[in-house]
Amino acid sequence: MNKIISTVLLTLASLPAWANLNIFATVPEWGALAKEIGGDKVRVYTATNAFQDPHRIEAKPSLLAQARQAQLVIAAGADLEIGWLPLVLRDSGNSAIQTGRPGYFEASAFVNRLDVPTTLDRSHGDVHAAGNPHIHLDPRNVLKVGEALTARMAELDAANAASYQAAFKTFAGKWQVAIARWEKEAAPLRGLPVLVHHQSFVYLDNWLGLKEIGSLEPKAGIEPTSGHLTGLLTRQQTVPARMVLRGAYQQEGPSQWIAGKTGIPAVLLPYTVGGTPEAKDLFGLYDDTIQRLLKGIR
Amino acid sequence: MQKSFAMAALLAASCGVQAATDADLAAIRSQIDEMKKTYEQRIAALEQKLAQAETKSRQEPPEVASAPVASPSPSAAANGFNPEVSLILQGQYRNAKDIPGRAIGGFVSAGGEGLNNRGFSVDETELVLAANIDPYWRGQAIVAMADGQANIEEAWFQSLAIGQGVGLKIGRFRSGIGYLNEQHPHARDFSDAPLMYQAMFGDSYAQDGVQLKWLAPTPLFVELGGEVGRGANFPGTDRNRNGAGGGALYVHVGDDVGFSNSWRLGASWLKTRASERSADFVDLGGVAAQGRFAGDSTTWLADFVWKWAPNGNSTQQSFKFQSEYFVREEKGSLSCSSDDATSLCGMPVDSRYRTRQSGWYMQGVYQLMANWRAGLRYEQLDSGVRDFGSNAANLVIDNYRPKKATAMIDYSWSEFSRVRLQLAQDKSMPGITDHQLTLQYVMSLGAHGAHKF
Repeated sequence: MNKIISTVLLTLASLPAWANLNIFATVPEWGALAKEIGGDKVRVYTATNAFQDPHRIEAKPSLLAQARQAQLVIAAGADLEIGWLPLVLRDSGNSAIQTGRPGYFEASAFVNRLDVPTTLDRSHGDVHAAGNPHIHLDPRNVLKVGEALTARMAELDAANAASYQAAFKTFAGKWQVAIARWEKEAAPLRGLPVLVHHQSFVYLDNWLGLKEIGSLEPKAGIEPTSGHLTGLLTRQQTVPARMVLRGAYQQEGPSQWIAGKTGIPAVLLPYTVGGTPEAKDLFGLYDDTIQRLLKGIR
Repeated sequence: MQKSFAMAALLAASCGVQAATDADLAAIRSQIDEMKKTYEQRIAALEQKLAQAETKSRQEPPEVASAPVASPSPSAAANGFNPEVSLILQGQYRNAKDIPGRAIGGFVSAGGEGLNNRGFSVDETELVLAANIDPYWRGQAIVAMADGQANIEEAWFQSLAIGQGVGLKIGRFRSGIGYLNEQHPHARDFSDAPLMYQAMFGDSYAQDGVQLKWLAPTPLFVELGGEVGRGANFPGTDRNRNGAGGGALYVHVGDDVGFSNSWRLGASWLKTRASERSADFVDLGGVAAQGRFAGDSTTWLADFVWKWAPNGNSTQQSFKFQSEYFVREEKGSLSCSSDDATSLCGMPVDSRYRTRQSGWYMQGVYQLMANWRAGLRYEQLDSGVRDFGSNAANLVIDNYRPKKATAMIDYSWSEFSRVRLQLAQDKSMPGITDHQLTLQYVMSLGAHGAHKF
């Protein structure tokens, strides 16, 4: 009897040791990066999928339950998850993942953010004070975030630190080769004027030299209106865009309407991992994004 | 002679100057040409170098910056530590019957406010201040302002650093019982609280005290909560004593079904004590009388919420179903009295008091497209058992089943602004059918609050 009890106790005590680093990623891209670095040493829960608008998630019971057990929360930051993540963190009863603790990692803190507003006023829509939060669509940012994330994972899980560092080194090597390839492939896109549904592609534009000349949303986070779309149509006469871009989670209607009226292609981009069948991982995300863009100008 | 020599010398000198200038110019020109050539070569070389560097930098990603880029925010000054501030503006136009002393039939009044407001009115204006206090605590205060008064709706601090799934909240807070109770009026889907909440608490139940919650370390969401506090609000009363005046226990369970559905189920228990809890009655002779209740009040609640959105993306379409049920038992004594000497209660009469009352509501809100939502709510209460003992011979005891059906449609320009049209057929008072029309606005200024599930 005593033996059984002691066995059970031993098992319970050793449970955390077997358990992998438990990661809660708010968005698929950082979940995917954590998997690249962590491999089988981590368990990654991704709170949202590519078809969900990361701005509009609710503090669902399932998220609270997952955050409760997480050792590391990877957020995009820059207010992207402001409508739900603060509540999930606070109500999780998990002290390790509160802001300011090592268990809370904000990707956008490690890159140069674009579109930082000079005036904060909601008459400009749902603006983000810390700048545009969709930082992952510049692969150079992925490297920066990856380096910081590796350091953080190594700090939290010192036993596997070497494994994380090695995995990141391998990843970074492959990634740098891939960046060169993507940049070569995407050369014809330089200077291409485009319309976007929402300012989700600012970093992609900046990287590939696409010229964003308008968005279908009249203001950030405000649904496209017919008046605004008509205005874009009129502008197309003088400042023609070559294609209209939208992410997998964004509504199809407005960009199809613009495409129908102007004859320019409406291009669906995966936006994040899982957004299209081809965007299975981070490499696939970029491969597919560039292929779809190139198809748009053919 | 001297003069002519001088002239000649001058001439010669001037000629010499002339000649020298021509030669110099030619030299300078050639020099410039040479310089031009060398500089052009140099510039070309530099340009080439630059081009090489550019292509190189384009092919090779810039080295990973080791230090994070801390862009200093414009509010990096001392006021950067100011709490998050938001202000909720809420007002309405309401068309309803004028019913003095409006109360739900078969239930004692829980003291809800503003239910008889007609015409234009500004509801409570809510000021919310919140911030992390330090690494261990977070605080929040909500002040509801109405004409001539400011009520502290909530003022609490909660733990951030306990861990193990434990959450501690201390101060005045909305109790975690039921589903709607924790929601502020501006977050609700209808412009008024369900009859059930009006009958149970007036509007919602707040506690001055301590709340302890524990979230189980399981993939299934299981949350246990307990509260002890002053218990001063209806159905309890403020009693001048040491110790706790009321307590609550609850359990919440929830999860997702696929990507598109999520749900939460809850059960709650609330216990309060009352002394001298006064309610208006009419005696059998039709004269106004007061009944003062002293005793225990126990409320059980069950709540259920189901939310659906295609792929979990509620930008365009979503559906939310919610329903709650309550039973309340009160046991104690009732003292009937009246200022009117002709009343049957002219001489105070004490009796036993036992009630068991219940009610429920059910509502569905469908988001038709990005900015539009429409909803239906149906609710019913049951005055149930009302045993007033010997006072049954003195007081009129209504037995009634209040009913109400409500429909609403609302439009949101953004997540910060909303207008709502609500129509209701209210049969909460015996013999009266009140058709109500409400046009309501809810505007949120300032910090981007996060709403509970």
